[in-house]
Amino acid sequence: MKLTKKYEIGQKVATREAYGDALAEFGADERIVVLDADLSKSTKTANFKKVYPDRFFNCGIAEGNMISVAAGLATTGKIAFASSFAMFAAGRAFEQVRNSVGYPHLNVKIGATHAGITVGEDGATHQCNEDISIMRTIPGMVVINPADAVEARAAVRAAIDYEGPVYLRFGRLAVPVVNDEDTFEFEIGKGITLREGKDVTIVATGISVAEALKAADTLASDGISAEIIDIHTIKPIDKELLQKSAAKTGCVVTAEEHSIIGGLGSAVCEALCEKTPVPVLRVGVNDCFGKSGKATELIDEFGLSAPFIVAKAKEAIALK
Amino acid sequence: MEQQKKLELEKIATKIRLGALEEVFSASSGHPGGSLSIADILAYLYFDKMNIDPKDPKKADRDRFVLSKGHTCPALYAALALRGFFDTAILKTFRSKTSILQGHPDMKHIPGVDMSSGSLGQGVSAACGMAKAAKIDKASWRVYTILGDGELEEGQVWEAAMFAAHYGLNNLCAFIDFNGLQIDGDITKVMNPTPIDEKFKAFGWNVAVINGHDFDQIEEAVAQADKSDKPFAIICKDVKGKGVSFMENEAGWHGSAPNAEQYAQAKAELEAHLASLN
Repeated sequence: MKLTKKYEIGQKVATREAYGDALAEFGADERIVVLDADLSKSTKTANFKKVYPDRFFNCGIAEGNMISVAAGLATTGKIAFASSFAMFAAGRAFEQVRNSVGYPHLNVKIGATHAGITVGEDGATHQCNEDISIMRTIPGMVVINPADAVEARAAVRAAIDYEGPVYLRFGRLAVPVVNDEDTFEFEIGKGITLREGKDVTIVATGISVAEALKAADTLASDGISAEIIDIHTIKPIDKELLQKSAAKTGCVVTAEEHSIIGGLGSAVCEALCEKTPVPVLRVGVNDCFGKSGKATELIDEFGLSAPFIVAKAKEAIALK
Repeated sequence: MEQQKKLELEKIATKIRLGALEEVFSASSGHPGGSLSIADILAYLYFDKMNIDPKDPKKADRDRFVLSKGHTCPALYAALALRGFFDTAILKTFRSKTSILQGHPDMKHIPGVDMSSGSLGQGVSAACGMAKAAKIDKASWRVYTILGDGELEEGQVWEAAMFAAHYGLNNLCAFIDFNGLQIDGDITKVMNPTPIDEKFKAFGWNVAVINGHDFDQIEEAVAQADKSDKPFAIICKDVKGKGVSFMENEAGWHGSAPNAEQYAQAKAELEAHLASLN
C-alpha cells in the first residue's frame, strides 16, 4: 500500500500525532467512529474530532467500558477506533480486549499511545512496557508498532482496510522520520530491510528503529556491516524475512522500547528457533519498571539507545 | 395482555426451561438456576417483541439482544432453537467439543447470537455500543440485554450505565434478573448491590420494578421502555430455578447440573405444567 507524500526524512513527529492526523485524513469513511477515554488531546484523537465531531465519542475515564462499547459498535458494521494510553488500553482493559474484541474477532482498532518509557516525566505507572507482549498473545490480534510518522500514517490506513482487531502502538516523543515516503510501501506483516549487511542483523521496532540506524553507522565505522530490519508488525511477524537474514548474518540483535520479555525480542526468538537458531541478543527494558525523567534521558538510562545496540551487536558477533 | 397470547408465551417459556435443562443435563455442567429465572423474559422478547428473522439472523434492521449474564445461555439457546434459528435437536450437544453451542454465547458460530458474552459486565457495554450505532445511523431498531443481579457488582456495569445515560440511549432496555442469589449465596450477603432501582435512577435511567415471571408486567414495562426518554432498566424480581420445585431459590443450582433422577423429576414437573396449559 502506498500513500502520497506527507512527511520528510529527518522531520521530528511523534507517532501519536501522525495517528491523530491520519484518523482525520482518512476519516471521511462514515463507518469510522473514534472513541477516547478523556485523553483525546494527548492521544491526538482530538485531531479527528475536530473534523468529524459527530463520529467522535468520549467515553470518560472508563477504558473497560470503552473497549466493549467499541466491540458493540463493530458488530453493526462500524470500524471502531478506541484510544487511550497503552497502559490502560492494553493493560487495564486487557480482558475486555480479549473477550469483547478478540474472541469474536471484531473490527476494533485499539489506538494505544504513550507506549514505553518515553512517556517520560509521568513515570512508571504510565510507562507501559508490557503491551506488545500481552496483546500478541490474543489469538487473531494484529500488533503494529510504527517506527515513525510515515509508518504510523500507513498503519492507520492499513488498519482501516483490514477486517479484524488491530492493536496500534504509538509514542509520545517526537522521533525522526526514517522512511522515505516517495518509495515507502506498507503491508501488514511485512518487515522492511532498511539497510543490507552481512555481519549481524539488527531487528528493531517502533522508536528503536532510528536508534538501530544510528548504531549501524557506528558499527560501519568499526568495519562491521549490520543489516537493519524494521519490524512494524510484530504479529503476524515476517518470519521469512527474519529467517533469511539470520541465515545470512548468523546472529541477531533485537531492539525495542518494551520489556525484553514477551515483546519483539521474544517474537524474533520464536520466529528463528525452529529453522535458523542463531544467537539472539535483546535490547529492551530489562525486566524492570520505568521512572520519571526526560524521555531522551530515559532512553539512555534504560539502555535502549544506539550505543547499547552497538555493544550488543559486537557481543552477538562474538557468539557466532 | 390477551389471555390466549399469555398462555402461548407461558408454554414457550416452559419449553425454554425444558430445553435449558436438557442442555445442562446432557452436558453434565452449566447454569440451570439463572436460566430458569430468565425464561419468561426470553419468551416475551423472542416470541413477541423483537423484530428478528430466523431465516436471516444478521438482517441489518433487526432488534439486538445481548445476554450480558452469558452463563445462562442454556435458556437463550433453547429460545433461539424454538424460534427456528437452529434445530432443537442440537440442544443436547451443549458444551460438547463438536457443538456450536459453547459454554457461553459465541456470536461467530451460533445463529441468532448478536454478541459473544460471558465475562460479566462486558455484554451491557457492548449493548451500549450497539444502541449508540443505531443512534448514529438514525435507525429505529432497539437493543435488549439481560444482566444478573450479582453481575451488578462488576464496576463495568456502572461505567456502561453512565455511558448509556450520557448518550441518551433510550433505545436500550436492560432487564435485571433480580433473583437475589449468586454462586456464593444471597447477593446482599456476598456484596450487596441493592437498592438496584435507586442506583439506576441515580445513573440517569428510567426504571420499572416488576415480577419477572408475569407477562402482563413484562409487556407493560417494555412498552414504557419503548416510550422512555432515557435508557430503561426493568428490574425483574424473579425466582432462581423457577419452575422446578427443588431448584427454586437454591443458590446451589447456580452452576450445577442435575443427575438423572433429578433431571427426570424436573422434566416431569415442567411437562406436567406444560400439559396443564393445553
